[in-house]
Amino acid sequence: MAVQSPSLDVGGAVLVVPRPVAGGRGYWQSVGRRLRRDPVTLVCAGILVVLVLASIFAPLLGLNDPYKTSMLRRLYPLGSPNHWLGTDELGRDMFARLIYGGRLSLFMGVTPVVCALLIGGMLGITAGFLGGKVNMAIMRVMDVFYAFPSVLLAISLSGAMGAGTENTLLSLTLVFIPPICRVSESVTTQVRGFDFVDAAKASGASTLTIVRVHVLGNVLGPILVYSTSLISVAIILAAGLSFLGLGVKPPEPEWGLMLNTLRQAIYVNPVLAALPGVMIFITSICFNLMSDGLRAAMDVKA
Amino acid sequence: MLLYALRRLIYLVPVAFGVSLLVFGLVHLAPGDPISAIVPPDAPKEVVDKLKEYYGFDKPLPVQYLRWLGVTLTGDLGTSIGTGRSVAQEVGSAFGNTIILAIAATLFAFTLAVILGTSAAYAKSRIVDRLVTSISLVGVSIPHFWLAIVLVIIFAVELGALPPMGIGPENSTGWRFDRAHLAHMVLPTIALSVIPLGVVTRTVRSTVKETLSMEFVTALQAKGMRDSRILFHVLKNAAPTCLAVMGLQAGNLIGGSILIETVFAWPGTGFLLNSAIFRRDLPILQGTTLVLAGFFMLLNLTVDIIQTMVDPRIKRG
Repeated sequence: MAVQSPSLDVGGAVLVVPRPVAGGRGYWQSVGRRLRRDPVTLVCAGILVVLVLASIFAPLLGLNDPYKTSMLRRLYPLGSPNHWLGTDELGRDMFARLIYGGRLSLFMGVTPVVCALLIGGMLGITAGFLGGKVNMAIMRVMDVFYAFPSVLLAISLSGAMGAGTENTLLSLTLVFIPPICRVSESVTTQVRGFDFVDAAKASGASTLTIVRVHVLGNVLGPILVYSTSLISVAIILAAGLSFLGLGVKPPEPEWGLMLNTLRQAIYVNPVLAALPGVMIFITSICFNLMSDGLRAAMDVKA
Repeated sequence: MLLYALRRLIYLVPVAFGVSLLVFGLVHLAPGDPISAIVPPDAPKEVVDKLKEYYGFDKPLPVQYLRWLGVTLTGDLGTSIGTGRSVAQEVGSAFGNTIILAIAATLFAFTLAVILGTSAAYAKSRIVDRLVTSISLVGVSIPHFWLAIVLVIIFAVELGALPPMGIGPENSTGWRFDRAHLAHMVLPTIALSVIPLGVVTRTVRSTVKETLSMEFVTALQAKGMRDSRILFHVLKNAAPTCLAVMGLQAGNLIGGSILIETVFAWPGTGFLLNSAIFRRDLPILQGTTLVLAGFFMLLNLTVDIIQTMVDPRIKRG
């Protein structure tokens, strides 16, 4: 799969395409080996795995009911008996809500990037490989989306469509398609220009084979690394939309929405009011560091 | 140079056309027809039809679009459903407030980013480099609206040192250059500048580091040039890449200010947009989005042109 090691120029940045590793070890094997030797990436991956597992298996953890309100037990401070992270403005257990909140917050951060990776990646690779008019058509449409600051685009789309989880997913996906498409297009255009593609063509390989073996093999790494760097942005943006009241609707636990509803509590119990943000921060920093680690391990410079 | 600028401007026309289509489409993304947002659900059918005719919603979409485009191009963005004032006026006064905050945050973030990034690239000790890298990591990872809340908690609620919200004292009619208004700006400016600070510091650090390893630096050192003069040459070479990132960040900052303005009740475009969404005031939503996107496009164009002016090597086809 790793054919040669040319340097690619992507928007002023240099990408290095996977090169064969001495000793005949496969590319992905050596990536795995480098990842295993990177303590920062491992720790971040560990934290994320714990967060994901905890939110998936939240009902099995014996937590308090995250929906059970109590007018008597509102805004308990941290360290209260039975509620060690306190209770929110409606008397619901904070710890349970923070763990359950991971379900929607993580889901709404990762899903749009995955969808955008599929759609934007496909569009970008098509544009880059076919070139010419197809490239023009696809990239000009992307330029239109680039005329909006991403947060504005997300908020305007969600604002027009109305609050709700599906609408947020849709608008965030739309926000992330153009950047992924642009990166995919520029990497593909450059790979297409290499001699090995011409050689494959000359030796009678079908277009499908060229795309599958020669193009995808070389562009997938950079596109994947770039997409992982968007996850942290997506998580913050999704939480931001819910914070504005445009995403998840109450009473669902979601970190951004919790930050919003707890704002009235900043004079009573400020530490409590800041807690959901800590979760967003930890998640986004872990995704960022993991993306950096992946970039280094996969030998992609950007 | 002038030719290049002109070509870029012409190239902007199809993009602007696409943007206008998208902004026009926003109204039709809304659930139900646009009229249902402003009339009570039990309104008689004649009234609804009359309103539809009045707003032109009874015409086919392409006709509606052309009419809307024609009116918009004359600078008339319609009338706010919530306040009855002209959208252009509402957006105009809000836009000024947003720009003030954006300029303050941009200046703060970019100055600090250049200093931090350059010193990290120059740093012999790993501690300085690590510290700066961590700062930029925190900058890009922190949810800035949460930071805004934390800042309010620390400096307004706990210490009582700075005002928690608003553009100025209670009787303030608009932004003025005085102590009270500046005090109101401190927290929003910091909250708004963390993202550009993180991104630009990262870029400056890596670009300056890369430039420092170039051969011309060694040549200048061998020639015996003073370090401060060399720094000038290094920065000049690093400038185009950094400028491109800064331009994009300055534009994104205006989009990102929507969340910050909401936290601080800062009467800018973001605050306006947010309240318009909840009043289902579609003309304001449309107008604000259009103005902000237009500004973003012009900003990107300007950055592009400045970039070619700074770096004559960039000759774009």
